[in-house]
Amino acid sequence: MSTGAFAAQGADLELVGIQKRFPGFTAIEHLDLKIPAGSFFALLGPSGCGKTTTLRLVAGLEAPTAGRILIGGTDVTDQKSFQRPVNTVFQSYALFPHMTVLENVAFGLRRRRIDEPVAKAHEALRLVELDHLAARKPQQLSGGQQQRVALARAIVNRPALLLLDEPLGALDLKLRRQMQLELKAIQEEVGLTFLHVTHDQEEAMTMADTVAVMNKGRIEQMGAPEELYELPKTAFVANFLGQSNLFTGPVVGSTRDAISVGVAGHNIVVPAARAHRHIGEVTIGIRPEKLSLHLSAPADDAARNTLGPGRVIDVSFSGVSTQYLIDVPHLGNLVVFAQNMGFGPVADEHAEVWVSWAIEHGFGLEDEPGDTPKFESDTTTRSIAAQRRASLVTELEEI
Amino acid sequence: MAFAAFATTTSDADQAPRRKSPVALLLLLPGILYLVLFFLTPLVSLLLTSFQTPIEGGDIGQYAYAFRWENYVEVVTAYLPHILRSFAFALTATVLALIFSYPLAYFIGVTARRWPLVQSLMLVLVIAPFFISFLLRTLAWKQILSDESFIITSLKAVALMAPDAHFTGTSAAVIFGLTYNFIPFMTLPLYTTLERLDTRYLEAGSDLYAHPVEVFRKVTIPLSMPGIVAGTLLTFIPAAGDYVNASRDFLGGPDSQMIGNVIEANFLVLQNYPAAAALSIILMTVILVIVMVYVKRAGTEELL
Repeated sequence: MSTGAFAAQGADLELVGIQKRFPGFTAIEHLDLKIPAGSFFALLGPSGCGKTTTLRLVAGLEAPTAGRILIGGTDVTDQKSFQRPVNTVFQSYALFPHMTVLENVAFGLRRRRIDEPVAKAHEALRLVELDHLAARKPQQLSGGQQQRVALARAIVNRPALLLLDEPLGALDLKLRRQMQLELKAIQEEVGLTFLHVTHDQEEAMTMADTVAVMNKGRIEQMGAPEELYELPKTAFVANFLGQSNLFTGPVVGSTRDAISVGVAGHNIVVPAARAHRHIGEVTIGIRPEKLSLHLSAPADDAARNTLGPGRVIDVSFSGVSTQYLIDVPHLGNLVVFAQNMGFGPVADEHAEVWVSWAIEHGFGLEDEPGDTPKFESDTTTRSIAAQRRASLVTELEEI
Repeated sequence: MAFAAFATTTSDADQAPRRKSPVALLLLLPGILYLVLFFLTPLVSLLLTSFQTPIEGGDIGQYAYAFRWENYVEVVTAYLPHILRSFAFALTATVLALIFSYPLAYFIGVTARRWPLVQSLMLVLVIAPFFISFLLRTLAWKQILSDESFIITSLKAVALMAPDAHFTGTSAAVIFGLTYNFIPFMTLPLYTTLERLDTRYLEAGSDLYAHPVEVFRKVTIPLSMPGIVAGTLLTFIPAAGDYVNASRDFLGGPDSQMIGNVIEANFLVLQNYPAAAALSIILMTVILVIVMVYVKRAGTEELL
């Protein structure tokens, strides 16, 4: 930590062979991670996957069992949290209740003996549009306002690295959306490196340049949001980031460009470049919105995979789109998202339907096919978050 | 009001709007009756006594109701050193008790959170002295600190104390006794505040470049202010009026008498009831003023 001066810009963060064990369990198995300076990086995963522990390790609030932490090339592993050029927006905000909003924001500046702490604190509060409430105590603010104060209190220090620990978790949907955009705008404006920890896949995808999906103390896959979504590497990623229809079967034929997988009597073709395994038992998948629904058997098309006939067992209409659940014999249930181009659903329950998709949309997973469930059980953080969001939406509509 | 310092943390904002209800008044009635009977009546009686005048040609201890305000002037001129000494002793004992109790309460309330068994065991130890009478414990200390005791003879043997010096009967012994006797009253309120201390605020302080010492000064202390105020009041108020520790039968001597001893002597020995009553009123008023200024300055209303 340098006294009296700001970090010129964001610094890159490097985690080398990090392991964190607590008495009784291992929070992080082995983590190698490099976050380039100035990027907005999201660490996405269900609760208990080790993402918050990772954040606390970077902030210096926990010490790793093994491994090194480097910020801007400097090894900070042995530095205490108050010595690191890092600030955190805590999940609980942790605004000091005995200080005014202004004093909260000026706290870090005063500790570092920065000139004109009050003027700079006002400036940061103007950035989050809360300067008019500077004299209030945190308890007198709404949740969204407290969140913005917590953000101002962190960014006013111009840390080389800003850590965000699910800071939007407590906000309602409308405010959440608005804060996501504001946060992104602020990040671009001040050019800091943001490390954002969240269990909300939508939030991670809309805000981050790079997303790392974490599961059971490891990073499953890392990349740009589009890349992760369109070409998931593991069943966990395929189901945690959006939904997927996954099938398992042996590779029955392969050419230079594509592999052909036998699934319940159908041959499904996947581009070789989009499949991680080319021989033996493989798991392949397709996103529900890539599927087309047909009310009669479609004509054979070499560019498309076709499954069917199956029976519609559930139709749920959600305005922009309709979700169909289709039971295909020997395959289990398929999920199809269809845009509502016409009026209402195109197929009724119990209708006989076929589904097809363009070959280039399929993907093959790296996982050993096995016990990975097609859909996550309903106790995951994501589904709980989804349920809460759904209830919030209805609540908002009622108002 | 000063005694809001003892209240729990519910802020006014969270409370439901109050409605006047006959049930509430009915429930308050026993308390009000109790206060009128056992607090207000003796207070009025005390106030009246403090202005009494001796009956002409009457016996010792015979007084008539009057408005003899000179009683106050007389007791203040006669016992000013005792009054000042009382507050000085009480203040010193309060500060010492705070210095001893804070680390103890912090350990029980924050550090030992991971081991609930240690926490409860230590709390029991803090309360344990209450199982023995206050008088007996003070007498025990008189024995332990007497000239023939092991501690004093050892101190004299290693020349840390002069051969003809005493410990019992000195001001230091009285302050020692007061500190010892009131430590639990300081520790328990401190513990209740520190036990609720959200350590995430401490992490936030550290994250914002505050050195552990600064975190303690700027975050921990302000957040534990309700406990500090409650503990210091619970120590200072009874310590200022205490007459056991400073008594010559216990740890005090002729030069370490406190106002409590003077009041006791005037009431029970000299039978000068107006002087004792006037001193009591003065003691009460001064304590009340000190407490009100203190609570106002500590600014804990907002934290409660």
